[in-house]
Amino acid sequence: MIERFDPLKGERLQILDVAGEVRAGLEPAIDRESLRRMYLHMATARAADTKALKLQRQGRLGTFASSRGHEACQVGVASAMQGPDWLFPYFRDLGMYITLGYPLQDYFHYWMGNEVGLRTPEGLNVYPLAIPVASQILHAVGAGMAANYRKLKIAVVTTFGDGATSEGDFHEAMNFAGVFKTPNVFVCYNNQFAISVPRSRQTASATIAQKAFAYGFRGVQVDGNDILAVYAATKEAAETARSGGGPILIEAYTYRMGDHTTSDDASRYRTKDAVLEWEKKDPIIRFQLYLKKKGQWDEAYEKEVQDRASEAVEKAVEAAEARPPAAVEDLFAFTYAAMTPNLKEQLASLDAYLKGAAR
Amino acid sequence: MIMTMVQAINQALSQEMARDDRYLILGEDVGRDGGVFRVTEGLVDKFGPGRVIDTPLAESAGVGAAVGMTALGLRPIVEIQFMGFIYPAFNQIVSHVARLRNRTRGRFPVPLTIRTPYGAGVKALEHHSESTEALFCHIPGLTVVVPSNAYDAKGLLIASLRSEDPVIFLEPTKLYRADKQDVPEEPYEVPLGQAKIVREGKDLTIIAWGAMIPVALKAAEKAAAEGLSAEVVDLRTLSPMDRETMVASVKKTGRAIVLHEAPKTCGLGAEIAALIGERALLSLAAPVLRVTAPDITVPLSKREDYYYPSPERLLRAIHEIMEF
Repeated sequence: MIERFDPLKGERLQILDVAGEVRAGLEPAIDRESLRRMYLHMATARAADTKALKLQRQGRLGTFASSRGHEACQVGVASAMQGPDWLFPYFRDLGMYITLGYPLQDYFHYWMGNEVGLRTPEGLNVYPLAIPVASQILHAVGAGMAANYRKLKIAVVTTFGDGATSEGDFHEAMNFAGVFKTPNVFVCYNNQFAISVPRSRQTASATIAQKAFAYGFRGVQVDGNDILAVYAATKEAAETARSGGGPILIEAYTYRMGDHTTSDDASRYRTKDAVLEWEKKDPIIRFQLYLKKKGQWDEAYEKEVQDRASEAVEKAVEAAEARPPAAVEDLFAFTYAAMTPNLKEQLASLDAYLKGAAR
Repeated sequence: MIMTMVQAINQALSQEMARDDRYLILGEDVGRDGGVFRVTEGLVDKFGPGRVIDTPLAESAGVGAAVGMTALGLRPIVEIQFMGFIYPAFNQIVSHVARLRNRTRGRFPVPLTIRTPYGAGVKALEHHSESTEALFCHIPGLTVVVPSNAYDAKGLLIASLRSEDPVIFLEPTKLYRADKQDVPEEPYEVPLGQAKIVREGKDLTIIAWGAMIPVALKAAEKAAAEGLSAEVVDLRTLSPMDRETMVASVKKTGRAIVLHEAPKTCGLGAEIAALIGERALLSLAAPVLRVTAPDITVPLSKREDYYYPSPERLLRAIHEIMEF
């Protein structure tokens, strides 16, 4: 299907339109249970995001990067992944964590300022989120090279924003992926802004997807507010990766509904009207309309979903806030495999000071 | 077997790769060409192009991809062709290689080794004479290693490859083929974090590493002819540093000179002088001296000798510290 949508011809894959209508012949076969799970994950992501913003304003959580508007991208991509696949995320991936079963309380731990939140549970193939823009794309390519070396039939997924495509690491990663035919699924959330700088100032190419062709593999642009399009494209790309077909670049065309982070004020560089235009394309509403047309959504179900989402969020926040901050030892103990004599001394000195024993 | 440092490093790589298939090599020209210094010569024939990987010309990608490989349990070895070209990978090294163990509370350690030839004194092209070890020693989480001879090169490299921590392994270009040494055939480790007293003395301590060790030994020889007994400490691991050996030596001799080919300001000599000040102040008969390159860009080959510390310059410092 990816091959049928050529970004060079301005073609973008959309399966659900804004009214939740399905484009004929493109609807992916997803069972009722999975559709419901996807909807719940989207709702949970939105609820957790809203909660995090509230906590930040109350001083209970640090600077936070909102995922609002990215739920179709995040849940769509993650729903197409399988257990042995790997994710190398960036920093705006809340819905992916929820979908992949990353403990939500750990997500809050991290944004509340405790590194323990990045300690991925054993058995879950999620690398810690990367703040330095585009740097994680190379990690995904290396993991893909390792998968080839070990003959593992897995897909290695990585996510990044449109701003990341301007970084050298993006180019180096795409180039390596093409040369080594790595099993990567590159997902660019083109949300139109890198903090304040619009997509048009990141690249002069008409689409981000088309950049893939220059590296010797396919790229496809999908409607990033359409979870079915994101899911279908990722599923095909992941299957291609697992079966040795090499990498694919997916550009999910979407919009960052919130500020870049809680430290940003997007009203300085974009109009309210533009945001309102995109409100109409809300990915959760669109999926809800689709489910309703299929007879899988009603008010009672909505209430159940919202209750489950807010319960999961409240529990996670409670657990995160109940955990004491890291012990002073933890700040030193993981610098090297074993603490060096130097670090032992510095720890003892800081510890003594903290206990009031220092001069 | 009598061999050069290049051969010793090659043997260490070969033996560890034969022992453990988690090791693979990434770099520019490391395959068919065997590396521009021939350090990886023959390895592609032994282990195949899937394990000795000629990468596209991209240092950030070499290191960044190696990071990703560690996520899947591999122990990649990255060759950066010259230290002057490591900077494109600096973001990966500082922001990820050094930090991942800590920021994941031990879940994702990064056991990789980055090898790179460093240093001046071989009349190389511009950007081929860098000695910027201090940049890496400043970063928590990195281990920085510099051998000064073939025996140590093999043992330190094997220890680095087996380390659970990321290692920046700096190979002194000037010493690659300068000397030959008897190197045991079997694999062995020279422990990381341990300095070695390579010449005993009682009047002063010279602290150096890598390509400066032969310079220090030559100066010590000349000093001995004048009746001055210099002890030479080969630091071997620059970070984490063996403070005990250095401090014990300075306490014994009462005088210390740090010798390095990197520029003076904020060089490792500053850290070592401060350390000696903290730990051995009352044993000192003279201020700690630094014999280093000046704070200038490495000159092109015609005037490289003005830059690079010589035994004669060091001998002058020895006179100065003895006459204080």
